[in-house]
Amino acid sequence: MSTPLLMFLGFIAITLGITYWAARRSSGASAYFAAGRQIKGWQNGIAVAGDYMSAASFLGIAGIIAFQGYDGFMYSVGWLVAYLTVLLIVAEPLRNAGKYTMADVLAYRLRPRPVRAMAALSTLTVSTFYMIAQMVGAGTLVTLLLRGSGITYNWAVAIVGVLMVAYVVFGGMLATTWVQIIKAVLLIAGTILLSVLVLAHFGFSFPAFFDAIAHVHDGNRVVNYLEPGLRYKPPYGALDLISLGLALIFGTAGLPHILVRFYTVPDAKTARISVVWAMAIIGGFYIMTTFLGFGAATIVGKGFIAQNGGINMSAPLLAQRLGGDVFFAFISAIAFATILAVVAGLTISASTSFAHDLYSNVIHHGSPRTPEQEVRVARITAFVVGVIAIGIAIVLGPTFNVAFLVGLAFAVAASANLPVILLSIFWRRFTTEGAVWGLATGLASSLLLIVIGPSIMGVDGPLVAASARHLIRAKPMFPLENPGIVSIPLSFLGAFLGTLASRVDSDSEARFVELQVRANTGLGAEKATAQ
Amino acid sequence: MGSRPERTPHATVWARVAESEEFKDLMAAKARFVVPATIFFVVYYFALPVLVGYVPKFMSTPVIGVVNLAYLFALSQFFVAWFIAWRYVRAAGRFDRMAKRILDRLEAAKVEERA
Repeated sequence: MSTPLLMFLGFIAITLGITYWAARRSSGASAYFAAGRQIKGWQNGIAVAGDYMSAASFLGIAGIIAFQGYDGFMYSVGWLVAYLTVLLIVAEPLRNAGKYTMADVLAYRLRPRPVRAMAALSTLTVSTFYMIAQMVGAGTLVTLLLRGSGITYNWAVAIVGVLMVAYVVFGGMLATTWVQIIKAVLLIAGTILLSVLVLAHFGFSFPAFFDAIAHVHDGNRVVNYLEPGLRYKPPYGALDLISLGLALIFGTAGLPHILVRFYTVPDAKTARISVVWAMAIIGGFYIMTTFLGFGAATIVGKGFIAQNGGINMSAPLLAQRLGGDVFFAFISAIAFATILAVVAGLTISASTSFAHDLYSNVIHHGSPRTPEQEVRVARITAFVVGVIAIGIAIVLGPTFNVAFLVGLAFAVAASANLPVILLSIFWRRFTTEGAVWGLATGLASSLLLIVIGPSIMGVDGPLVAASARHLIRAKPMFPLENPGIVSIPLSFLGAFLGTLASRVDSDSEARFVELQVRANTGLGAEKATAQ
Repeated sequence: MGSRPERTPHATVWARVAESEEFKDLMAAKARFVVPATIFFVVYYFALPVLVGYVPKFMSTPVIGVVNLAYLFALSQFFVAWFIAWRYVRAAGRFDRMAKRILDRLEAAKVEERA
């Protein structure tokens, strides 16, 4: 049996052991959806980092930097600075005012059925796009990493799907949290080791390292990888960068699978501490990914990576070059763990939203469901979500370009979710109609602009392989890859007009006062449950 | 139509807290930190894509050896973000104490009412 396969099996065994432990411990809705709100601040901080640092950031960013240098670094910066929005504005009010989902905050002062229905639709959209991207990535990766073991793309996708469903159905939020913590620790350990090996390659001399980065051999040319502009070029490059920045900075605070993590801690103060832990880990990680990307560009070389699995294999190939086959196996197992932890987080947030928002509060009009019913529905949903995700990933196949799906998830989160969260916390006059219009405009406009933008529409040259061609073969009608710069203002506009066109809602305004007191003092906030 | 959550504690308590001087002080203190900090980090962050996008030649100016302005500015974003987070945690300790005083007084008033 090969070393990578052994390490994969080891990780699977440990995480299933945790799931078994969590399944025996937890009972009741608060335990299932929010781990009894008993996760400690530092633990939740590591789990947030584990939930957030996806394969797109580990393999994707290292790859983009290895191929396009400095411009890839722009993603890393946005992904960390985004946590200031979470820390300063969203995390504490959310923890104080809500119970299990983002929609709780909206439903606190607005009419619950319409806002929960729209918020659940948006949550499910964001989670589905994000999950499909991870699943297709996982399938491609596992087949590349376990070459020769006979595991095909379809099998790899099915294994990832079955595992994520097992964690969530049996272990709930507690198992998901610990899978994320273990993954984050492994990922950070692997990244530190790999960074040290890169620096060791240059005799621990930063001048020598940066000198190599400034003179990367790309075919016959020598390129300075520290200079911007290799990816984002005129005429629309600058606007696309700003638009990307908007989606990252305001999208993170609207990602449902990140927001639900703040319900797992006892109070708002612990939520705050966990964001700070997450920022320390995530920041350190993204600074190191530049070492991996620049290391791959200078030590392994773009040509070699392109011929041996492509851009996403930059970090694993760097590990192989510097640390041999065992280290390659270790980094590969980490990449696998990374994907599993993220899809588990997505599955639990999607199923929580379905059970709590749609099933209890929309379908059953908020008439009391027993917590057992809510948990049962969430488990069934997690199972269904898993089956659908496996199905879609297999239908799309390993060559489907998934990179834009992650961008789309951030764009929808920034355009649909964040504006209504902000307005319900800060605007007294805000009404149900405003929230529904804001959510709908943000969701529809970001989807539409992606469909008519260069990710989906484009004219391909005759040399482009069939699988890599654009879905719609025509000139793009919208010039930017990232729709945020248009869709975020549109969503705010929708929310404003929807509010002003509707009657003053005195109940919403009275409850706004409650929400303010509750969000800022913690009066009446959900308490941790005793175990 | 589903109803909004029950109002607990009693509605008048919320209003009483909201109108108290202490709560207004807390809100003002929070705004004094959060508003400027948010404006600062948003402006500082978007300066990066704007400068890198519109004046890439200028941002490619080497500063230390081959390390250029663009790289240093991007790297500085990490330290600025950490610095703001650290300052916020310090300020939030003060907000916590103010909130606790409000809750303590509420508790004391409740005990008095029962007596």
